[in-house]
Order: sequence, then structure tokens, then C-alpha cells
Amino acid sequence: MSAYPESMQESMRNVETTRPRRAREEIPMLSLRERQELLQKYHPDYREGGRREIKAGVNKGQRVPNELADLFEGISVVRPGEMDLGHVKEEVDVLVIGGGGGGASAAVFAAGGGAKTLITTKLRFGDSNTLMAEGGIQAAVGKFDSPALHYLDTLGGGGFQNLPNLVQALVSDAPMILEWLARLGVMFDRKEDGDLLASFAGGQCRRRVHSAADYTGMEIMRVLRDEVYSQGIEILEFSPAVELILDEKRRCAGAVFVNLDTDEMFVIRAKTVILATGGIGRLHIQGFPTTNHYGATADGLVIADRAGAKIIFMDAIQFHPTGTAYPEQLLGLLVSEAFRGWSAQLVNGEGRRFIHELETRDITSSATIREVVERKNGVATPTGMHGVWLDTPLVEINKGKGTIHRIFPHLFHRFDTYGIDITKEPVLVYPTQHYQNGGILIDEYGETTVKNLFAAGEVSGGVHGRNRLGGNSLLDIFVFGRRAGIQAALRAKEAVVGRPSLDHVIEYEKELEKSGILRRHIKTPLLLPDYRYEKALGKVHQ
Amino acid sequence: MENQGKKFFSIYIFGKKYRVPEGLTVQKAMEFAGYQFIRSCGCRGGICGACLTEYRTPGSYQLKVVLACQALIEQEMQITQSPFVPMNRAAYHLGALKVQPGVLGRIYPEIYRCLQCNTCTRVCPMEIQVMEYIAHAIRGDIEKVATLSFQCILCGVCAAKCPAEISQPHVALLARRIYGRHILPFPEGLGQRISDIKAGRYDRVLERLTRLSTEELMKVYTFREQEPQESDQWVPKNPKFPED
Repeated sequence: MSAYPESMQESMRNVETTRPRRAREEIPMLSLRERQELLQKYHPDYREGGRREIKAGVNKGQRVPNELADLFEGISVVRPGEMDLGHVKEEVDVLVIGGGGGGASAAVFAAGGGAKTLITTKLRFGDSNTLMAEGGIQAAVGKFDSPALHYLDTLGGGGFQNLPNLVQALVSDAPMILEWLARLGVMFDRKEDGDLLASFAGGQCRRRVHSAADYTGMEIMRVLRDEVYSQGIEILEFSPAVELILDEKRRCAGAVFVNLDTDEMFVIRAKTVILATGGIGRLHIQGFPTTNHYGATADGLVIADRAGAKIIFMDAIQFHPTGTAYPEQLLGLLVSEAFRGWSAQLVNGEGRRFIHELETRDITSSATIREVVERKNGVATPTGMHGVWLDTPLVEINKGKGTIHRIFPHLFHRFDTYGIDITKEPVLVYPTQHYQNGGILIDEYGETTVKNLFAAGEVSGGVHGRNRLGGNSLLDIFVFGRRAGIQAALRAKEAVVGRPSLDHVIEYEKELEKSGILRRHIKTPLLLPDYRYEKALGKVHQ
Repeated sequence: MENQGKKFFSIYIFGKKYRVPEGLTVQKAMEFAGYQFIRSCGCRGGICGACLTEYRTPGSYQLKVVLACQALIEQEMQITQSPFVPMNRAAYHLGALKVQPGVLGRIYPEIYRCLQCNTCTRVCPMEIQVMEYIAHAIRGDIEKVATLSFQCILCGVCAAKCPAEISQPHVALLARRIYGRHILPFPEGLGQRISDIKAGRYDRVLERLTRLSTEELMKVYTFREQEPQESDQWVPKNPKFPED
């Protein structure tokens, strides 16, 4: 018996009927020109009225999503006049803000460089988008692969706008990062001969994604967390940073924190600071659901912008083409791109394919939106959501019975909870907000435009251009986490810290006030999304 | 508006009664009741282990264990949450460990206290055969512990319920790390590629690519050969591209 309601079953029968024919069907990939046209017509980034200019600070004039601009125009939760910067809880060499993969790797390498290192994090150590990554991590290790092909794929995915020095660092470090993780004990998937198994993600000309089933991020995060414990690196949980502290020469000199349990505000002074606070999914850009962790509320971006760090490509948001569209309890949750890498097809309500499954995410999402919104070929759920089918049973047919259990145990379990057996029935999907492609501008050592302030991972920008490839974010966080950690530890040896101040916060608010748009009712950084009362019934907040 | 036609359930959150619409997950029901989580909320997708929840329903002796983000509410359920479980994590350095059959028992000798009551397996929200992997740990079969425990999200409920006071998630994590580092073979192709990179084999081509204009890059990009999805035996026509 099917777990899908009667209203969806006719279309599901179409999927079954066309399956044998589709399994052998070849459809071409789009030319660069066709890609551009599709994006401009259907990608949410190009939607009228979705973005507006930043009104103050060094990034004034850059366009960002409205939901982020709202935060930039709010007031700080820290009232500079009332905050005693002498209330110093601790002084360290390297202060790492964020306890996901970027922060943890930065801390390991900073501590390895001899620096007194502290990891601070808003929620639990490890709470992050890192642990939610399903598909895997890219590294060009195949016989017919090379860092140069990885470079080209990454640039092509990013609309050829990625910063070349950052991509060069990314692809050159990738195999070393894989080795580092394997030596920490990460159980990467293997072929029968013991060599690494690799699969495809969109936009890749070679199989290059290395996985640990569909637990890749979780497996890496729990190992890395254990390593941080082993090394005795100090960790401060449930304490988000709420402002950065600068000295009179506008060098970063620490941060103000709040203890979420007691509301106490306190200062940690540092010679160098590494921001690794992750992304913005929980702002629900343009009302989209998200794959992101509960804590993904743009905190790092907000405080870095006020401190004068330049940002780049923050108008480019990644919508993952295969977010769950049914059942509603799982709305927006990620269905790994690896399914398409393992030959699952995207199919409309009539059982026809409409895009090559290994196009990049921006393209595939745009094509799905076109299929549903313009061509009306989607499938409606009982609560009025729409989606297209991801034909998962094809994986069992093409790659052998048992493949889904072996490669996708988590996703099997998740749908099984709701009575859907994805080895036999397809999954309904629709684009979901997944990643901020841009972020704080860094150089190849992870340093921002503010001296002694570094950034790593999703909060940083430039390496992915306007659209990140699957498997490049787990890679990015470790490549730049490591680089930032090493560099911050080196810098800390010679850094001179002057008089601490929050003058930049006062100036930013004054500038907003002058333009008449200071939003006093919005306290920033946001820290926690608000899903209380009626909002809990909203369709986007799974 | 959205409440129209919805049936309401009574639920008891830490003993306090709330009325919430049916069909919600426990997590969303608590949010509907007015909770803004600091603890007991993480990925909201069943993989981070933050939202460990226990409940009973009227007329049943059973104490059920679920993840709040995954489980749907039930009429009259009484809910409590355990956002943190104290666990014993031993101090060790992975690189210095020797792979001997008794290594897990040496670091976590409490595994020998296992009473085989099977409570750990029964309460695991991930349906892991916890008692079985502890039995393998006692026998020294690291590979079995590693593979059987792979889906552990470290929520800690097994450790909270264990009458022998074992911290199963940490035993399993150690086994997996030993397995990944010391037992799985180090991948050959990876070592070779790293030596090549360190020897500067790709420096020239990467330097050249970073200097190309967008138009030139787009042209080079379109010359890539696409490895087919089906074949494992594929050989590109120009294996040197884009180096030459």
C-alpha cells in the first residue's frame, strides 16, 4: 500500500509507467547561454523586489536579500554605552567563534600552532550545518581527475565569478584535507578493493564526491569534535558572540558574548579572531523553507558588517533542488544530491524528465520552478504545496538492490518513519534554501578586510562565486578553517592589541539613523529564529 | 485562519497542559505552545541528537523514547526532554593507540559490566543494535562495533538508561575512529595525488587557469569531457586536459 494520498497517486503511476523508458533516455546538458537564460527567468535571486541595498558601513550600496537587509538595519543587542568592556572573562591568542566544522578545524590548527585557543558557540559544540551535510566532500583523487578539472568545474558552477586565488587554494588542498580526515578516523566509503569510493554531484565532469553513506557531515563532525576533546581545547557553549571588539586602529581585538542561560554579557579579548558562524537559512529568504540548522541566523555576517568587513556575492543564495515537499513534517529537509549522482531522475507530474540531473543546483532549481510555476507540470500535495518527483527506485534498478540501504540509510529511515519506502516509491521534492553562496570576503589565508579578523566556512565568501557545487562546502570549511587557524596562530605571536572599543557599533547606528532607516524594533544579531505560537503552523518552518 | 477545521490534542509538557493542533511534530507542538528553544533543538532533521524526548500515553505502562523533531504528537501524551546526558569519555590519543582486540575494554572497562538486558537497543531512537555492538566490543571485534553503530547520533539515551552505567556512544565512537584510522586501508590513489601536488605537478596549469579571462575560461570549460554515469571503465580521449 502506498503512503501517498489518493490525490498524488495518479501522477505516481505516471512515474512508474515511464520508468523503463526513462532509464535509458539520454538528455543533453544545457549550453552556457541556455543556463544564463534559465537563471535570469526563474532563479529566485533574479526575482524583482527580493533584494535591496545596504544603507550603511563599508558594504553600503551592495544588494542583499531583504531578510538580511532587515537585520543590517536593526540595532545591536549590545548598548555600547552600557557595556563594560572591562568585564573580561578571558584573554586568549585565537578566539574561534562558531562550533561547526569550520570552527573546529580552525581551532585544531590554531592550537597545533601553539596558540592559546578558545572555541565559543551559540548552541552545543558541533551544532551546525556541517553535521547535516549528507552527500560528501570533493577532492580530485581519481586517476583521470585533477585539481585543474576541479578548478574548472568549480568556476563553471559559480558563473565564472569565483575568486581565482581562493579556488586554487580549495582544489590544491582538497586531497590533503581528505587524508587529514581519514587519519582522524573518518570512515569514508570504500570500493571493494579498499580504495575511496567517489560519486557525482551536479556540475562535475568527474566522480569526485567522497562520502560516509548519507551521514558524511555527521560522521566528520563527531570525529572532529572528539579530536578537539582529545586535544583539550577549551570550549564555551551556549554563548553566541553579539559584537566584535576593535581597537583604535580598527584591528579586531575580541568579542562581546551573551550567556544564553543567564543573559550575562561578557568580553573575551583575543589577539586574533576567527569567525565561523555559518549561514542564514533560518531567515527564510523569500519565504522558502530551508535545509539549515536551527542556529543559521546570519549572526556572524551582521557583526562583521558592522565591524567593517567587506562582503561579496551576498545577493546569491543557493536553493537546493531537492528539498522535501511531502510529507509536510519534513518540508524543506534535504534529500541528498547524491541520489541524482546515483542515477535517480527528476520527473514531472506526467512522468517526464525536464532537466539533466547533473546540472548545477542553481540550474536544476530554476528548471524545477519553471516546471511547476510556469508549465504547471508539478504535483500538488493535500496542503497545497507543489513539487516534482525524485525517482529514487531507479537507484535500486540501475545500481543494484540494496544500494539505497547501503548509501542512504539515514534518508531511508527518515521517510520510513512516515511510511514511505523510498526503494519502491519516489520522493516529492521542491527547491529549498540551502546555502549562502557569498559572505565575508577573505584572502587565501582566510583573513578578512579587518586586520586580525579571519573567517572560514559558509560565513565567508568568494570561493564559490554565485553558486556552490555539491561537495565543495564540506571541503571549503576544512580548507579555510585550517588555513585561518594556522595564520591566526602565527599572527597572534606578533599581534599588538590596543584600546578595546565598540565605537564602530555607535557609528553604524548613527549612519542608519541619518538615512532615516534605523529599525529599533529589530534587535541584532538575531541568535534564535522565532517559531512560537501561530508561526509554528507556518509552512516553511519544518 | 489555519486552525479552522483542525482537531486539537491535549499534551502535557513537563506536566503542564497545552492544547495544540494535531499533525504537528513534538518539536513544533512545543513551539506552538510558546517555547523558543535554546536546548533540545538542533538540526530539526533527526541527525544531531539534541531533541531526545520521552513520553507516556494514558493506559500504557510504556515509556517511549523519540526525537522531538521526528515524532508526531499523540493525544494526552506526557512529555519530558533530556537535552544533555552526562557520559564518560576517556582521554586518549588516537594516533598512539594500538589496534589490539582488547583495546576498547582497556579504555572503557565498564563494557564488561553489561547485563545483556537489551534496554539500550530498545530505547535507541535510531534503531541501532546497541547491546549487540557492546557484545562485539567485549569480544574485541572493532569492525563490527564500527559498522553496527554507524548511525549513532550521540543523543545518549542508551547511556542514560544503562543499569551497567556504560556510555555506549563513546565506546562506539572510539571503535569507529580506530577502524577508520588503523583498520581501513589507507587509499592508494590519495597518497599518490598528494605527493604530486606537493611536488608542484599542478602549479603551472593552475597558475595559467587563474590568469585566464572569463571568456577564455568559458571556452576551456566547454572542452571538458564528461565522465559517463554508467561506466567504471571509462577513459577520456585527452587524459592530459587541461594541462596541455
